Amino acid sequence: MATNNAYIRIEQVSKRFGSVVAVDQVDVSIAGGEFFSLLGASGCGKTTLLRMLAGFESPTSGEIYIDGAAMSGVPPHKRPTNMVFQNYAIFPHLNVHRNIAYGLRSERVTGKEAIKRVDEALELVKLQGFGDRRSNELSGGQRQRVALARALIRRPKVLLLDEPLGALDKKLREEMQLELRALQQSLNITFIFVTHDQEEAMALSDRIAVMSGGKTLQISTPKKIYNNPVNAEVANFIGQMNFLDASVVGLANGEALLDVAGWGRLKVSSRAEYLRCGANVLAAIRPEKLRLSDRRPADSENCVQGVIEAAAYLGDRSHFHVAVEGNDKPIAVAAQEVRVSPGESLDRGSRVWISWASDSLILLDKAEK
Amino acid sequence: MKDVPYISRPNRPLGVYAILYLAFLYIPVLFLPLFSFNDSLFIAFPLRGFTTNWYQQMLADEQMHAALMNSIKVGAASSVIATILGVFGAKAVTRFRMPGQKPVVAVIMLPLVIPEIILGVALLILLSRLGIPLSLYTITLGHILICVPFSMATLITRFEGFDKSMEEAAADLGDNAWWAFWRVTVPMVFPGILASLLLCFTISFDEFIMAFFLASTEPTLPIFIWGQLRFPQKLPSVLALGACILVISFVVVFFSQWLSRRGTSALPEAGV
Amino acid sequence: MKWLPRLRALLMRSEALRGYTLLSPTLIVMVFSMCAPFAIMVAMSFWTQHAFEFDTSFSLANYKEAVDSPVYEALLVRSLKIAGFCAIATVLISYPMAYYVAFHIHRRKLLWIILMTLPFWTSYLLRVFAWKIILGYNGVINSGLKTVGLIEQPLDFLLYSPTAVVITLAHAWAAFAILPLYVSLEKIDRSLLEAAADLGDGPVARFLRITFPLSLPGVIAAMLIIFIPTVGDYVTPTLVGGPNGLMMANIIQANFGKVNNWPMGAALAVGMMVIVAVITLIYMWVTRKAVERIA
Repeated sequence: MATNNAYIRIEQVSKRFGSVVAVDQVDVSIAGGEFFSLLGASGCGKTTLLRMLAGFESPTSGEIYIDGAAMSGVPPHKRPTNMVFQNYAIFPHLNVHRNIAYGLRSERVTGKEAIKRVDEALELVKLQGFGDRRSNELSGGQRQRVALARALIRRPKVLLLDEPLGALDKKLREEMQLELRALQQSLNITFIFVTHDQEEAMALSDRIAVMSGGKTLQISTPKKIYNNPVNAEVANFIGQMNFLDASVVGLANGEALLDVAGWGRLKVSSRAEYLRCGANVLAAIRPEKLRLSDRRPADSENCVQGVIEAAAYLGDRSHFHVAVEGNDKPIAVAAQEVRVSPGESLDRGSRVWISWASDSLILLDKAEK
Repeated sequence: MKDVPYISRPNRPLGVYAILYLAFLYIPVLFLPLFSFNDSLFIAFPLRGFTTNWYQQMLADEQMHAALMNSIKVGAASSVIATILGVFGAKAVTRFRMPGQKPVVAVIMLPLVIPEIILGVALLILLSRLGIPLSLYTITLGHILICVPFSMATLITRFEGFDKSMEEAAADLGDNAWWAFWRVTVPMVFPGILASLLLCFTISFDEFIMAFFLASTEPTLPIFIWGQLRFPQKLPSVLALGACILVISFVVVFFSQWLSRRGTSALPEAGV
Repeated sequence: MKWLPRLRALLMRSEALRGYTLLSPTLIVMVFSMCAPFAIMVAMSFWTQHAFEFDTSFSLANYKEAVDSPVYEALLVRSLKIAGFCAIATVLISYPMAYYVAFHIHRRKLLWIILMTLPFWTSYLLRVFAWKIILGYNGVINSGLKTVGLIEQPLDFLLYSPTAVVITLAHAWAAFAILPLYVSLEKIDRSLLEAAADLGDGPVARFLRITFPLSLPGVIAAMLIIFIPTVGDYVTPTLVGGPNGLMMANIIQANFGKVNNWPMGAALAVGMMVIVAVITLIYMWVTRKAVERIA
């Protein structure tokens, strides 16, 4: 719901390309100083939405407000936003200094003042002394920083980033993630960050909008999205999830009694409105919320028996696939520690007990997509 | 306006300019067919009625027929030979690593940037020193010289467009160079060969200067036309001839360009 | 025939040798029809002609006459000027068209490309002739304006002047010179323009700071493509130039025709080629410096 005191308001914005609906009635409010991510797979509409914020596309319907002003009809060069492009778009015929200084011309900043600002920007992205280099002399990570400096030198209130870290290798990407977050917080400007990498979005954002098929599925903090996904699609997109078919057999006092195939009768606390006796629902539980042991655990009343199909030791934790009778897909378990009797080990073929805390189980409406 | 990205917004004045430009390009040429149907010896406004007299006159002209046949002979010969040379040359340049390749290719492309009169004069001098008499053969040689760069350029693009490993596969499957050439290379570069043939024929057919310097008593069509330009009574029938040539070359070149550009990366297609 | 297997073995080993063997027919033809003739032409430029005999002793008489006589100098200067104006005029009128097709045509681009280059491949002679009938004293423009009543007497400055030559040649070259312009404009990454817009530049600033500098290689190439052949053009000055529009090629041709002084003609041809080559090298050097400065 777009609230009135938000810095950016996207009100019922849709974008159609011919018969293709790229963005479908998106409604978001973003606060000043927020690190806001648009997360989704390719084709979900996140880049189109970003481009509409920048002014490179116009919404087919709906309106975008930045700092209270309506943006329709406002061309990109007059908007208070600046963008870091996916391919960086560094001007090949200008050196680094002139690239970064490019946006100062329209602000009428020249001479000594311009040089000062460029030096400041270079310092901000840790590229001091790179002014004379040309774009073909820069590595991927360096070009990314130049693109960032070039956008930030105009001191925008809103910075739009279109998958800026996609082309970098893993280590560099992680470094840049930390730097970006630190930068955003020290500058206290709004970052709108497009990515398909859910770990990245989770690590950096104040809030995430999970998008699919042009719509926003859920807009919330990373923690809430992770622990309380609104439907199976969101749950599956963020992190790993085990889904179990279940039917409701009883309802009382904010608790539901479920019959889960292979797992028996389980209690879940939920006040969801779609719950009725006899309804088919999805029970879901994160792999890391499950514990494994070779004997039936005495301290937990939630447990089920199974056989290990696959085991992978990853140093800090182990991943298991456990076959449970009544479930056709194996249950994924990510355990930091396993309880094993001395002399025993958990390998392929071992019989194990899976246990979990009652509040770890989430209920999702099966019908909602 | 909303459907097009901001960067690609239409530009009305430029669109008008484009139409005017195309008009400037085509209208002068279209006067030729226009006045070829005009019932007057004078090529001026106002128009005086429709006639096909000039076409009949042109079609009856024996000398014109002879010149036309000469042009066709020379054109066919030069295009075939230039294309063959172009195929060998393009294959050599794109498939083999040869030291000094760049300067050699530059030399082959030289005729593109040297004024034809110089090429014509130089060749004339050589032929006369060698005692070779001028004839349609000498004209053909001159035309081959100027057609080879076009043929090479067309075919190099085509060769670069398809993967070397096809020929390697043919060799792996038992074909020697000769068979691989006919069974793999030629079919794959065929549109390029066709385009080169059409292009070279058109260039040779319309070429005037080298033919002028290297001809004896048998004229090609452009030389014939040049001669006719001195006689005002002949002008309208020259226009009729010109109109025919124009239409035919338009059609031929249109297809040649279509063939050579389609399916190659010679020019990037529109990308949104 | 014992050397045949040895040769074959050598060919198998050396890729370069195989390549050049394949290239040899083409090279032989080019050498025979271009390189050898040039060599003889240069040689002949140092000869002199008496009636129908060549005096093959080395002599600089032709070059001396070319340098001394004001006629040749005037013709050369006029040829260079006309070629220069023509190059500039053609690029100026073709650039907006190339820009339009590169940036504003999204469907059927191939059709537009063919349309704008098609006229070049049709008969050059006929195109020049078309301008002759358009610009003539009783030609299309004059008779048209008279019919409509805009003028009483025909305009006589249209034809037979250097201006007529420039117009005719600009028209003749436009359809060819537009290609390098188009290719260099088409190659420009659109996201660079979006970035420039994002950084505050309106359409004019974007053109001046991004589009034009990045299209410069195409402009430079187009100028060269037009300039060099135009200096030596023969047909256009003959048909529409009149006595004031004659160019170097006319006098060179005369020497091989009526004047019948082949060595002189050769010397003039060599001289023209050398001067054009020098101008081209200077041009390329200057433009490379300029492009480095801007870029």
